[in-house]
Amino acid sequence: MSPPSAGTGTLFERIWNDHVIEQGGADDALLHVDLNFLHEGSFLAFAALRKEGRSVRSPQRHFAVADHYVPTLGRERGIAGITDPEVRGLIDLLESNAAWAGIDHAGIDDARQGIVHVIGPELGLTHPGMVITCGDSHTSTHGAMGAFAFGMGASQVKQVLATQCLWQRRPKTLRVTLDGTLGAGVGAKDVILALIGKIGAAGATGHVIEYAGSAMRAMSMEGRLTVCNMSIEAGARAGMVAPDDVTFDYLHGRPFAPKAQHWDDAVAMWRTLSSRADARFDREVSLAAADIAPMVTWGTNPGQALPIDARVPDPATANPEARRGIEAALAYMGLTPGQALDGLPVDRVFIGSCTNSRIEDLRAAAAVLRGRKARIPAFVSPGSTAIKREAESEGLDRVFTEAGVEWRASGCSMCVGTNGDLLRAGERSASTSNRNFEGRQGRGARTHLVSPAMAAAAAVTGTLTDVRRLLAGARA
Amino acid sequence: MQAFTTLTAVAVPLDMANINTDMLVPARFLRKPRDERYGSYLFHDLRHDEQGRLRDSFPLNEACYAQAQIIVAGANFGCGSSRESAVYVLMDSGFRCVIAPSFGDIFFGNALQNGLLPVVLPEAQCAALRAWLEANPGAQITADLESQQVSVPGGERYAFSLDPVRRERLLRGMDEIGLTLSRLPAIEAFEARYHAQRPWLAR
Ligand code: SF4
Repeated sequence: MSPPSAGTGTLFERIWNDHVIEQGGADDALLHVDLNFLHEGSFLAFAALRKEGRSVRSPQRHFAVADHYVPTLGRERGIAGITDPEVRGLIDLLESNAAWAGIDHAGIDDARQGIVHVIGPELGLTHPGMVITCGDSHTSTHGAMGAFAFGMGASQVKQVLATQCLWQRRPKTLRVTLDGTLGAGVGAKDVILALIGKIGAAGATGHVIEYAGSAMRAMSMEGRLTVCNMSIEAGARAGMVAPDDVTFDYLHGRPFAPKAQHWDDAVAMWRTLSSRADARFDREVSLAAADIAPMVTWGTNPGQALPIDARVPDPATANPEARRGIEAALAYMGLTPGQALDGLPVDRVFIGSCTNSRIEDLRAAAAVLRGRKARIPAFVSPGSTAIKREAESEGLDRVFTEAGVEWRASGCSMCVGTNGDLLRAGERSASTSNRNFEGRQGRGARTHLVSPAMAAAAAVTGTLTDVRRLLAGARA
Repeated sequence: MQAFTTLTAVAVPLDMANINTDMLVPARFLRKPRDERYGSYLFHDLRHDEQGRLRDSFPLNEACYAQAQIIVAGANFGCGSSRESAVYVLMDSGFRCVIAPSFGDIFFGNALQNGLLPVVLPEAQCAALRAWLEANPGAQITADLESQQVSVPGGERYAFSLDPVRRERLLRGMDEIGLTLSRLPAIEAFEARYHAQRPWLAR
């Protein structure tokens, strides 16, 4: 069967073809899954699997970690510190399901614990060229290392547990080319918010995005992980970046990375993973890095994002289809058309989530907070227990606490609030997470998505603030 | 999973784009077991006010839609998180079909896994269907997967298409695990070859 012409020669096609066990139809294939991640939410899949009397076919190709429900306070008490029996039950259930299946598991007090999409790369579990799945939409994160990684629901988690493969419909390909140099105070989060702002929250539906261009090549592993993480917020199945020395340097020496001769052989294979010069994508979008400003969302989907120096849009001047969406978003967010975003008072700041909780994110926030004080309640939840330790060894925890910012333990925390870290109704946050949906951070809560540096700036001033002013101040 | 062939049922128009899975089922319910209360979590925070009272303004609360099994919505239905609970709450409150101009990819896949039919129709046709339903509150329409048509009594027919592989599985209510495991020899042969080329993956 000849492949469709668009997509030919792309990195995506190469990884897809490497994993096809059987073609099911023109666009449909049974794919081998190299690695599947599990978290507390996997209980539904395990329950269904056990009810059907099935077993886990390749337990060594799964890794389980507690992240969605772990508390970020009182963690020194471990599981005993959790008072809510339902929450405790879910964390226990993950452990007992993993033990039943023989799957490696990082529980609440394991040194390897962290947000699933942070620890995969961090432990060296995520490799270039892999097909990676997880019952979580932000699985797209792992694509930053040159993998094809996507989220799925409980039925498919069950299938991967039972068979280690999955029927998939082949997505289309979209290349996003980011050329040039990002300005001071502008980072990976601003890049992805600018992209989603440009193409919309459904702008990449049905597509896999490959991020390319000089600014992507120059971007750190942490930055690439942030960009790929939010690909799903543009509707994309997955995001990916071709692996290069940045990837290999990041991966080398990590606990599950190949060792010795295996490392050399693996890198030799991984170096062949890139789109050919004549690759054909179904769609192309380009962004000029130099044009991107620090971004902030004003509405209730991540496509409703603008540069910090912009004003809240006016539904009256929008096209009729967009009008009601804008009106509803402004009503929920408590904003008026034409209002300046810079200077908008904020109640709380959250720095964390699988989007922005890696060491580089914490350094960026600390650089703004160093020697300053937070005016509003703010807290940091590092992406993993290992990142927490690393930040502490660099003294970042002291920078935060001296600024009056709480330094907590690692987990999904206020990104989704299932552990109880929630805003109150009407409260407005500057948050480094990935979803500004109605009610995401608590019923009636109003979320503005920003970068770690912008979140720190909001903490210092108590308002949405162009961080470039503070950075200029720090240099003066 | 439940097969889907054809369904004639009350349809409710929801004139909203970007209905995300957090709206379909707020995250605080994800810890709940799938028991007889599960369907009541559907659109919970849109259907109820802060005091837990039903909001009159939300279409699903209107008496004429109490028996609805079809939703006709705006673009990008089911975007956001991968929670399959978003499909479970729909199914457990009686819905078997959602018609929209586009869907979140993961939701679309999850729907098919459970026998909930996602129908993609152009924006203008969805708008026309919603307008017809607004004018005929509580009326029934038909979604037929055999003929791949949505039809309004005595009126318009709208053709849709689902890719042949998925259509076949849904028509027959086929279990994908059974289908996959029937390919076990091919899977094992693939894995032996794949891992021989990548010895570093041995664990
Ligand atoms: S941090 Fe947020 S987006 Fe990431 S896995 Fe956890 S809940 Fe999902």
